[in-house]
Amino acid sequence: MVDALLRSVFEPGLFSSGPVHTAAIIGGIAAVVSGVVGTFTVMRGQSFAGHALSDVSAAGGSASFLLGISPLLGFVGMAGIAAGGMEMIGVQRARGRDLATGIVLGAGLGLAALLLYFDATFTSTTGAAITVLFGSMFAISSSTIPLVVAFSLVALGMILVVYRPLILSSVSTELAQVRGVRVRLTESIHLLTLALAVALSAMTIGAILSTALLIGPGAAALRVAHRPAWAIFSAALIGLGTTWGGILLAYDSYYWSSDHRGWPVSFFVVSLIFIAYLVSGRVGARSTHRAPKPLAIEEISSSPTQSTRS
Amino acid sequence: MIEGAYDLAEDKGEALAVEGVSVWLSGREILHDVSFSLHRGEFTGLIGSNGAGKTTLLRTILGMQVPTTGTVRIGGSPRGAHGAAVGYVPQKILLDPDIPLRSRDLVGLGFDGHRLGIPLRSKHRRILVEEMLEAVDASRFADSRVGTLSGGEQQRVLIAHALIRHPRLLLLDEPLANLDIRSEYEVVELLSRLAEEQGIGVLISAHDMNPLLSAMDRIVYIANGRAASGTTDEVVRTEVLSKLYGSHVDVIRIHDRILVAAGHEHDGLPAHTEPSVWAIGGRS
Repeated sequence: MVDALLRSVFEPGLFSSGPVHTAAIIGGIAAVVSGVVGTFTVMRGQSFAGHALSDVSAAGGSASFLLGISPLLGFVGMAGIAAGGMEMIGVQRARGRDLATGIVLGAGLGLAALLLYFDATFTSTTGAAITVLFGSMFAISSSTIPLVVAFSLVALGMILVVYRPLILSSVSTELAQVRGVRVRLTESIHLLTLALAVALSAMTIGAILSTALLIGPGAAALRVAHRPAWAIFSAALIGLGTTWGGILLAYDSYYWSSDHRGWPVSFFVVSLIFIAYLVSGRVGARSTHRAPKPLAIEEISSSPTQSTRS
Repeated sequence: MIEGAYDLAEDKGEALAVEGVSVWLSGREILHDVSFSLHRGEFTGLIGSNGAGKTTLLRTILGMQVPTTGTVRIGGSPRGAHGAAVGYVPQKILLDPDIPLRSRDLVGLGFDGHRLGIPLRSKHRRILVEEMLEAVDASRFADSRVGTLSGGEQQRVLIAHALIRHPRLLLLDEPLANLDIRSEYEVVELLSRLAEEQGIGVLISAHDMNPLLSAMDRIVYIANGRAASGTTDEVVRTEVLSKLYGSHVDVIRIHDRILVAAGHEHDGLPAHTEPSVWAIGGRS
């Protein structure tokens, strides 16, 4: 009975399939990095910057097909250049920053459109556009794993190093400055980790959708967790859960119809993130607005007769 | 008195000395030859209307603004790098309710938020945080998200954040803005008590001296970038303030309040009163 149920959830061959292994490893790592970095991105209100980085990275992903290099290098390279550019422009006013980000985003996607056109016409790479923009996790080569691990370690390592200053400057730049935090440097490091996280998830669920994996788990975690470490941990867990859940469902979907047309992983991952966000709102509404305990009467009054009651 | 309490007889050292400080910003003189000093255990109000130069003065003391001329000494030594010597509560700080940070986390970040790496669980740190929360009477909401607290409660947490490294000097920029009258009173009481108990010099900026009058040991009155300092009785007088404003002002004491009103000397009555030159307050 249990066996039959398990078999209906985990279709035969799931655990022995090479592409599924690779997708689970790379997708899982990308989700954890995105969850950790994304929590800070959401806290700092830089979701739009994250989205712009991922759209610009699409140009790098498209270029990688023309150059014949690993797509990850393309994504990371372009996201890194964009992050550097944003750091150099360094617009302080909120509206100016939004406009600059939006314009860079547009230019990046435009470049991606051109490169994807070249991909289609000159190298006749079939499906490059779908892969770059929406991801195809089961098509990722297992030879990418070492590179993914390396970039992830760099990103997580940088977050560990600037953990406290980054939280303090996310709460208030001024408080951080007074404490002696080098705010500009700390922010640049966050932007760099953001570029890496975005590039990693762009490779797994696509450049367009990577924003969901970046900010979705972080946003959900902020609703339920009350301290930074728990929020980061929850975000990583939500990212991992939704990614693996998406892989599982995508694999299962192959058996849903008789003609064996599986649905894309990215669709399931993004849908699960959306559900996680809705559920966290329910859970968070109960716990987040836990007001401080009101002063008890006996604490205000000095009367000894009242203090015996509670 | 709490442990490590300040003994008046033991140390009445200088907490802050501002000497001949002038600040020019984009061709305009924001501060002109400002001088005053502040001792440990003293509660001083920095009073002036908006735009008088209060924030610039606080930023200069913090080392975030370099004075064009003059010097700032903290605890007897020249203003150096940001250190433990100054605690600061910025103006109108908005703590986001979405940030997953409890009161105790924010106080802890005051202790080691500038250090690299993740915080290690240390008993010393936990006890220190606990003590600071107690000192500012914030233990009750130690585990609540800071962003969901009321203005007065957030002020307490921010004060604990600023004090956890035991600075000699505590600066607060308009901490009473946006507080209701009861919270205003409680925050002033708390700061006055902390100044005495912990032997810190407290410098608090405000546009209205009213809520501070009962607690203030000294006042630094600032107008047009110039400052006068002393006790309230020495400074809040017609002659002193008229010189500061560069035009005649009347200081009128009504019951327990002081009214500062701009006007013309010859007709003896305030010809016009600007809200910015009004300051109502306390006993003489």
